[in-house]
Amino acid sequence: MAIKVVERRPLSLAERTYLPQILAGLKVTWANMLRPPVTLQYPEERPAIPTGYRGVPTLVRDPNGREKCVSCQLCEFVCPPKAIRITPGAIAADAPNAHVEKAPQEFEINMLRCIYCGLCQEVCPEEAIWLQSQYSMTGTSREMMVNNKAKLYELGGTLPDGHYKWDRKKAEAERQAHGGH
Amino acid sequence: MEQLLKDFLLSKAWYFIAARGLTAIVILMSIAAYAVLLERKASAWIQGRVGPNRTNHPLIAWIPFLGTFLQKGGFIQPAADGLKFLFKEDPLPGHVRKTTYVLAPIVALAPALLSLVMLPFGRLPTGEVITLCPGADIGVLFMFAISSLGVYGIALAGWSANSKYPFLGAVRGSAQLISYELAMGLSVLTVFLATAAPGQDNPLSLVAMVDGQQGAWNVLCHPVAALIFLICIFAEANRHPFDMPESETDLVGGFHTEYGSFKFGLFFVAEYGHMVIGSSLFILMFLGGWHFLPWLPTVGTGYVAALFGAAWFFAKLVAFLFFFVWVRWTIPRFRYDQVMRIGWRVLLPVAVLNLLAYFLWYAIKG
Repeated sequence: MAIKVVERRPLSLAERTYLPQILAGLKVTWANMLRPPVTLQYPEERPAIPTGYRGVPTLVRDPNGREKCVSCQLCEFVCPPKAIRITPGAIAADAPNAHVEKAPQEFEINMLRCIYCGLCQEVCPEEAIWLQSQYSMTGTSREMMVNNKAKLYELGGTLPDGHYKWDRKKAEAERQAHGGH
Repeated sequence: MEQLLKDFLLSKAWYFIAARGLTAIVILMSIAAYAVLLERKASAWIQGRVGPNRTNHPLIAWIPFLGTFLQKGGFIQPAADGLKFLFKEDPLPGHVRKTTYVLAPIVALAPALLSLVMLPFGRLPTGEVITLCPGADIGVLFMFAISSLGVYGIALAGWSANSKYPFLGAVRGSAQLISYELAMGLSVLTVFLATAAPGQDNPLSLVAMVDGQQGAWNVLCHPVAALIFLICIFAEANRHPFDMPESETDLVGGFHTEYGSFKFGLFFVAEYGHMVIGSSLFILMFLGGWHFLPWLPTVGTGYVAALFGAAWFFAKLVAFLFFFVWVRWTIPRFRYDQVMRIGWRVLLPVAVLNLLAYFLWYAIKG
């Protein structure tokens, strides 16, 4: 590679007094002063959260309003800081979702331990746990920082996915019971 | 009313003297406090931020419009800052030299207050000058003598802190002050020669100098002297780009590293006090003092004119303080050797040449 020698021009008298440079600098800062500030006034103004943001983990329902979590406890096992605690429970035999067999009786995520890694979302076979757009989690006691099942569903809401995994399983089972293949 | 005003300005009764002294303290403290606000706001504007806009008191917030305006403008912030300095714990580190450590902030602030007393702000219609110490118009000489004493505060602080960064800051501060004092004195000599008529009984008077600028301002007649003086007051007030004694990036906090709470607050007020004094001197000597723009006639007559004169002076002072802040947030700090080189090898020779050139011109003009 050819070496290109940059010629160092000696400074002119005006440059050596610094004054033109200082004036140019003052002009730059003056122009900056007239520009509107870029500050986001936080509590009043909120940042736009991009899609795919990994905020506070939440539990979601499917479009039919069915609780998606089947209490398999994979997220509890995978959670690196052991923030998740699930108490499995049974679904009543006469409930419309009886074919799902299990649901969490209690589901707690300790937000003082959670590291927002998203492994629970990645491991969930039911796509029931999602890290969503809530970015600010505050509380005045340790108890307030533990999200229980009701809070998790309140935060999570419903996600519009079209899997209907358990409905299809139920339909398939019924078709076979009626002598289908 | 007129008699009271005259008494306040001129009387030698002890209570009027006390009132004048109190006024000096109140003026300096409040200007310093709001100069800090100006500094914070202007730096925020330059950096695309908003600056202090949260502090408020419920009683003031309750006033419609004005309350919001005061909050957005940050006008309550100086009170919060000042109260913070007052109520913080005042620690006395174990390794300092106690007497001088406590004495240093006082020694730093006293010269700033003292020289404020000598500043003329305007002129009453009866001819008296509005100043806090009437009849002692040795003006510039006193100013230079007293404001240079401010470096004792820095030197004592650096020495008594008994640790290396304050010490380095103090040494730098002293060296810088000595270097720039010379060029400063030489630069104003031309202005004195131009103002003082032969045989005048008070040739060093600031008032005479302001009166001489009714038409053209001195900054137009003596641009080189004005530029040198401007650079020197930046150095004397230890402001960017000459804030060698403080230079927080290489000396932690410089001479006030070991100080906290109210003692630090006093240094802070002293720094802004020196800014105010330096700006006032520049305005009085080069920017026409209490005269409105050059060649323009005075607005109003009698007391209205006097009021407007004081207002022009104050407006110029605010503009100049803003200039100090503007420069600070524009250019980086000079290196210590650069500061010394500019002082001794540029400003001093240029000041001498300027003086010689003025002599020559004066001789030819005859």
